[in-house]
Amino acid sequence: MGEALALAISLVASGDADLAEIVALSLRVSLSATLLAAAIGLPLGALVAVGRFPGRGAVLVAMNALMGLPPVVVGLVVYLHLSRAGPLGFLGLLYTPWAMILAQTILIAPIVAALARQVIEDLHAEYRDQFRSLCLSRGQVIGALLWDARLSLMTVGLAGFGRAVAEVGAVMIVGGNIDHLTRVMTTAIALETSRGDLPLALALGIVLLVIALGVNAAVQTLHTRAARSGAHV
Amino acid sequence: MPNTFARTAAIAALLAGAASGALAQEDNGSILVQSTTSTANSGLYDYLLPLFEDETGITVNVVAVGTGQAIENARNCDGDVLLVHAKPAEEKFVEDGFGTERTDLMYNDFVIVGPEADPAGLDGMAVVEDALALLAERSATFASRGDDSGTHKKELSLWSEAGIDPAAGSGDWYRETGSGMGATLNAAIGMGAYTMTDRATWISFENKQDYEIFVEGDDALFNQYGVIPVSPEACPSVNAEGAQTFANWLLSAEGQTAIGDFVVDGQQLFFPNAPEDDTAS
Repeated sequence: MGEALALAISLVASGDADLAEIVALSLRVSLSATLLAAAIGLPLGALVAVGRFPGRGAVLVAMNALMGLPPVVVGLVVYLHLSRAGPLGFLGLLYTPWAMILAQTILIAPIVAALARQVIEDLHAEYRDQFRSLCLSRGQVIGALLWDARLSLMTVGLAGFGRAVAEVGAVMIVGGNIDHLTRVMTTAIALETSRGDLPLALALGIVLLVIALGVNAAVQTLHTRAARSGAHV
Repeated sequence: MPNTFARTAAIAALLAGAASGALAQEDNGSILVQSTTSTANSGLYDYLLPLFEDETGITVNVVAVGTGQAIENARNCDGDVLLVHAKPAEEKFVEDGFGTERTDLMYNDFVIVGPEADPAGLDGMAVVEDALALLAERSATFASRGDDSGTHKKELSLWSEAGIDPAAGSGDWYRETGSGMGATLNAAIGMGAYTMTDRATWISFENKQDYEIFVEGDDALFNQYGVIPVSPEACPSVNAEGAQTFANWLLSAEGQTAIGDFVVDGQQLFFPNAPEDDTAS
């Protein structure tokens, strides 16, 4: 462990170009997937939160269950679609960062949707009468709720980001762990483990943790500033 | 600060934009190799590919997976070249029309490794069949790849030649990890099991602990690697020209010499053995 920590520090301190490339790709892929998942999951979660429709209970159960999607299954399904032999093969996306973004988006969109649904439903219960008295349309209600819950929803986004940046099963299959093209932190860790270079694998793991810590700290800072200015937390 | 959220969104959008910009890769003049793991994990490609890329300007991307998965991926047309080590499966791949031609590229050998204490008493055994029989008789823990890789296929054929059905001990002394060579070595070392590995992966493996080679040198442990360009007739999307250029280079005198020159810890890992007429061309 000590060896790994020393190695992690020296890797970062030496400004290793390969490491920087891998870290940058990890962030790009997982942040892009988080944004896409938010664009899909937040409105979806809000819609289910305020909507009353037949089969809503089943939708809730399905949304919550999909939070447990195994990454390797998502990877396999995306592979089968993007493979040259698959229906979307003509796009030539397999073994590119796009395929990785797509897989991670599918993986975390249900997490964002399910958690956002809970947050917004709670808030909606608080404001329901007020909304009713204002005679707002459903779209306006959803907009107002999403805006008011934005700080809690940031945490929801972080949960999705955390899952995306930490998973290896999906990106390994659809990205292929190709050096200088699709290698990210988790696939690099898996590679070094299989090479038996456990200290280096652990050092990369420490670097990954520090990155996750950095992203969370950045969001926390925004959160605190915004909370001070009076937004609903 | 009412604009915080908007600003976050703007920053996020910028990041996404940066991502998409960087993602726009021109893949002219690149080929994708579906490869077995030993050639990648041992560092062979890190040594060979820059030589090839400097000479031809063709970028080579490598997906390193087990031989079974590599062949399956290539059958789905997700690769331009196949570089694996399971001759019967490779020949079937060509017969089925997915490859243009299979050529011997290089060889090394498999070895059986185990803990220094050698609980099964394999030390000094020269015949792999006898060693396997002893392992089964003593129910000595053995870690198998269990993943349809080239190494797994080879191991199964050795058990079968020894007249043993290891599946009878599955979950007991015969443990199928269902993962790559490195992961299986880690698992074997973790549970004190014997395992069979190709020599290249073993030499370059860095978590050997007290493990050593007990069985080696039997002709039955020969490990042949082959190279196959994926057929443009079966897969119109392949970069056939780039694939053929790469295969030709590997089989040329220059490529063969480069393979022979690759050493780890002073040991040669792969021995070039392309047919003479290819070497001459």
